[in-house]
Amino acid sequence: MSAQVQSAVEHAARHSFGRLVAWLAWKWGDVAAAEDAMADALAKALANWPASGIPQDPDAWLLTVAKRQLLQAARHHKLAVDPAVTILLEKEQPAANQIPDTRLNLMLVCAHPAIDERIHMPLMLQTVMGLEVSQIAPAMLLAPSTLMQRLVRAKAKIRDHKIRFEVPDISELPSRLQSVLEAIYAAFGLGIDAMDGADTPISGLDTEALFLIELVRQLAPDSAEATGLWALMTFNKARQSARFDALGRFVALQDQDCRLWNRAAILAADQTLWLVAQKRQLGPFQLEAAIQSAHCQRLFTGKTPWAAIAQLYETLNRHYPSVGSLVAGAVATGECGNPSAGLAQLDALDHSLRHSFQAWWVARAHLLWILDNGSGLNRTEIRLAYEKALGLTIDLRLKAHLASKLAQSNGAV
Amino acid sequence: MQYMLMFKETAADFAQRDNPETAQTYWGAWNAYVGAVYQAGIVVNGAGLHPAHSATQVRLREGKRQIHDGPYADTKEHLGGYFIIEVPSLDEAIAWAARSPNAATGSTEVRLVLPPPAQ
Repeated sequence: MSAQVQSAVEHAARHSFGRLVAWLAWKWGDVAAAEDAMADALAKALANWPASGIPQDPDAWLLTVAKRQLLQAARHHKLAVDPAVTILLEKEQPAANQIPDTRLNLMLVCAHPAIDERIHMPLMLQTVMGLEVSQIAPAMLLAPSTLMQRLVRAKAKIRDHKIRFEVPDISELPSRLQSVLEAIYAAFGLGIDAMDGADTPISGLDTEALFLIELVRQLAPDSAEATGLWALMTFNKARQSARFDALGRFVALQDQDCRLWNRAAILAADQTLWLVAQKRQLGPFQLEAAIQSAHCQRLFTGKTPWAAIAQLYETLNRHYPSVGSLVAGAVATGECGNPSAGLAQLDALDHSLRHSFQAWWVARAHLLWILDNGSGLNRTEIRLAYEKALGLTIDLRLKAHLASKLAQSNGAV
Repeated sequence: MQYMLMFKETAADFAQRDNPETAQTYWGAWNAYVGAVYQAGIVVNGAGLHPAHSATQVRLREGKRQIHDGPYADTKEHLGGYFIIEVPSLDEAIAWAARSPNAATGSTEVRLVLPPPAQ
């Protein structure tokens, strides 16, 4: 019985938390209070359901309790609550399956331009997904207390500035949605991609992020970029099982055994990406997805189309440059026969990157290696670049990968 | 802001220093890390330390001097080295701590340095 209750509460926490918090926050205009009320309702469910039995409509039960909690807290703190809101909350009792899904509104609020960009992603993970600060902070390399403070500050800002929970009109929606998508992609990166940011992944976060992007696609079906991001994430996820070999060692993309890739997922993403391209609303995520699609062509043709990839990076970097894509673009230039030009592209980037951006050094080492072409002329420089990259890496498996590259460049005397 | 990074290593980490099979990997990782920290231009000062078994503990108790060889017992991790770095905030200090080779086996403690007393 008690295990059953536990699993019913867990199910509610996993599937309803974001929905109910989103609805309460929308009505109440205060994300933190809505979260507290939901957490309280879940605790009450754990305490009551073993005796009373699991209610027929758990979501409605939780919502009623959470609403009561919100009103009580407001009275306790003698908050001046808009009477219209009080009436709304007291009266409106939608059947659980009719609660409007306002999670997109909540996501748009989390990624509002008035809120510090760096906090968009953790705020979304906390409020929409119900993840704990203690889970998010280590992946972002933040002290839990620091992250907690920033989240509290962000939520106070939402409340005090009365940031609106309404979905913005069509002229504003694409740019607002872009911040939401960026936050989702950042979360996905923390789950799957230890390569760029050199951060240690947290298991399962990629799945959570995929859940969010599916949700955004459902709630904003007209957004080509949402579909682009979905495709991008699907390509990455499809190659996940080839990223590490049987001994758990990291395998770089060009060395992966593509028979381990998920063929069905790649085909589905290819088709979806092609369809959405017909909308002619090009954006950075569709371009990045196209690049990953090109990488996946090796599965069908046995070759990586580097010239096409370099071309796509050129377009991406002309319109939507980022340090990650500029570095990757330099590598693509080198891979299609022009390592000197690739190195020149790297050198043209902001010099301060070299102090902390591991990918810059990995790219430099790789381009020097292509240029070297077995001559051994650049061996010292290759070794130095790998050494620098190693010193900037956090992820253990990547460290091991770079250490073996370093040993190779030493050993090839 | 100045932070002290204290690199705490396990006995197994220290043992790698002199084992010919592991020394190259061990020192390679530290050279890479220390090189990166210096090149970032954030080092105020820093040093590596000889292993804890070479330590001497000095205490004064009830007017009597007590001197013991070796590390303080019951501690699994010992200080292997430190940096004092100048970075804008705790976030950067943590990022540098996470890159330290010992973080995977021992731990790296990050502490804000007190400003010197007013002269």
